[in-house]
Amino acid sequence: MSVKKFAVATYNDEAVLFPAVKKVRGAGYKIHDVYTPFAVHGLDVALGEKESDLHIAGFIYGITGTCTALGFMGWIFTTDWPQNFGGKPHFPLPAFIPIVFELTVLFAAVGMVLTFCYLNQIMPGVKKHIFNPRQTDDKFVMAIEVDDTTEADTIAFLKGTGAEETNVQIAESEWWYGRWDKKEDYEIQQQIA
Amino acid sequence: MLNQEFKVPASLTKTSWVLIALGVIGLIYGVSGMMGGDDLAKTQFWATIMHNSIFYLLISVASIFILTATSLAQGAWIVAFRRIPEAIAANVWVFAIIVGVLLLSFVWTNNTHIYSWLDPNFNPKDNPLNGLKNFFLSKGFFTFWTVAVLLLWSLFGIKMRQLSIRQDSEPKGSTKTYWKNFNVSAGFALVFALSLASTIPWLWIMSIDSHWFSTMFSWYNFASSFVSGMSMIMLWILFLKRKGYMGHVLEEHVHDVGKFMFAFSIFWTYLWFSQYMLIWYANIPEETVYFQIRQNGPYKFFYYLNFILNFVAPILILMPRPNKRNYFVVSLVAIIIIFGHWIDFFQMIMPGTVQEHWEKPLVMGLLITCGFAGLLMQLVSRTLTKAPLTPQNHPFLKETIIHIS
Repeated sequence: MSVKKFAVATYNDEAVLFPAVKKVRGAGYKIHDVYTPFAVHGLDVALGEKESDLHIAGFIYGITGTCTALGFMGWIFTTDWPQNFGGKPHFPLPAFIPIVFELTVLFAAVGMVLTFCYLNQIMPGVKKHIFNPRQTDDKFVMAIEVDDTTEADTIAFLKGTGAEETNVQIAESEWWYGRWDKKEDYEIQQQIA
Repeated sequence: MLNQEFKVPASLTKTSWVLIALGVIGLIYGVSGMMGGDDLAKTQFWATIMHNSIFYLLISVASIFILTATSLAQGAWIVAFRRIPEAIAANVWVFAIIVGVLLLSFVWTNNTHIYSWLDPNFNPKDNPLNGLKNFFLSKGFFTFWTVAVLLLWSLFGIKMRQLSIRQDSEPKGSTKTYWKNFNVSAGFALVFALSLASTIPWLWIMSIDSHWFSTMFSWYNFASSFVSGMSMIMLWILFLKRKGYMGHVLEEHVHDVGKFMFAFSIFWTYLWFSQYMLIWYANIPEETVYFQIRQNGPYKFFYYLNFILNFVAPILILMPRPNKRNYFVVSLVAIIIIFGHWIDFFQMIMPGTVQEHWEKPLVMGLLITCGFAGLLMQLVSRTLTKAPLTPQNHPFLKETIIHIS
């Protein structure tokens, strides 16, 4: 748990957001995060995010599924309980392929969902501070971490990038588990102020 | 700003003439082997010509299909390099004439030993579908349907390019030709469903083994031709980019074509395996005979090579994202895929026609395929010079240039 101070700018359109992101990064500010109502293609590149390793995890999960299916079925039908199905061999590879495929997909899918949740720190019941309630509706929100010395300067700069609204918020920067509690939030702000 | 006027580079002309010369050498080799040779030599020659001409026709028709599919789905990503599939589609008629003349002469001269159902001693009562199959595999129906389909493919291919060029001279923002193209595409989707996606591979290729049948065979052929058609489009894009054209076609567009190559390689494997597994599991002699010669007989090498080139190589090489955006890697995989599907058609056609004598058709085929490739390069590059390399005034022009895959 760490409470920090953020300069928050709200934009109306992604066509304004993109140049703003470029200007802010060009001026040397470090963007905490950008919140958009939909997936904006190319924003990850503009923000300088490095490519996710999620697909490498997915490949490893998939291979695990393949090995599990082949190993388990192979062990059952050759060692544990060999049976004769219509004269087919005890290790009938073509007949195993559909199940091997399904298990590969299942392992990769479930594993990637869980890894995705871990990487993004999301889970049912986990709460995060919302900078602007309309960031899931029609507004594009950019948050920059500031302290008392840089606050005024940052807000002034953000106003110059076409932000329709700017403000300073003191908020929990990490996730927490529990309830939305506005009173608690207010108390934190009081303590800092 | 962008170089829209394509001039055929001297290197391309030179390469294509060398390839055509190799093809002519292959033809001379084949004809001289046939002169004074026995029936086997004759069959080897005709089966090789058939293999190569059908292969090039089908991968060219794949270009009409990708135009149709993206037009109907209103996809913008293809507009940036639409002129390449259009140029290939506009030349389908050349290969259609070659295939048409070839197949009709097989059927009406009846001495090439390609189609066993032409044999007067062939007993249709041997097969369980004799009523319907007798009609399907008759000289009359074969001629009618082959001519009709080749004509339709040629006309649709020419029409799509015409419409696209007509749009260039229309006022900006006009969508009249765009919707016309949409309707023509809907028509071609129907033609395609009834031809390459169902009856044509049954009629032309599966009927070589006239007792054997597989409903999935046509889909399997479609996947084969489509993935190699996309690979061919990829090679053209990269070639033009290398020569300094198509500056607006970026990694993003190449990535999308790469995704098609990757996805349809897997789709091909799915059909290839499904066809095999059902027959393997049912284990009925008249069905397994088809795989006996391929998997355990003289074609064993090609059977496994087919699987490695068309599944193992594309899936492992194209899986990581950066590889689909690397021009060298994708062009390498495109060549592997085209060659792999050439081998695929080889092992579909040869066992039923020349049985275990595949050495001569392979050598001859490799030479003749060079000739066809040279012909295709000549035709497509000449067509590309006749219009700007980017469709002007297409409604999706802006969307395609800022496209991010």
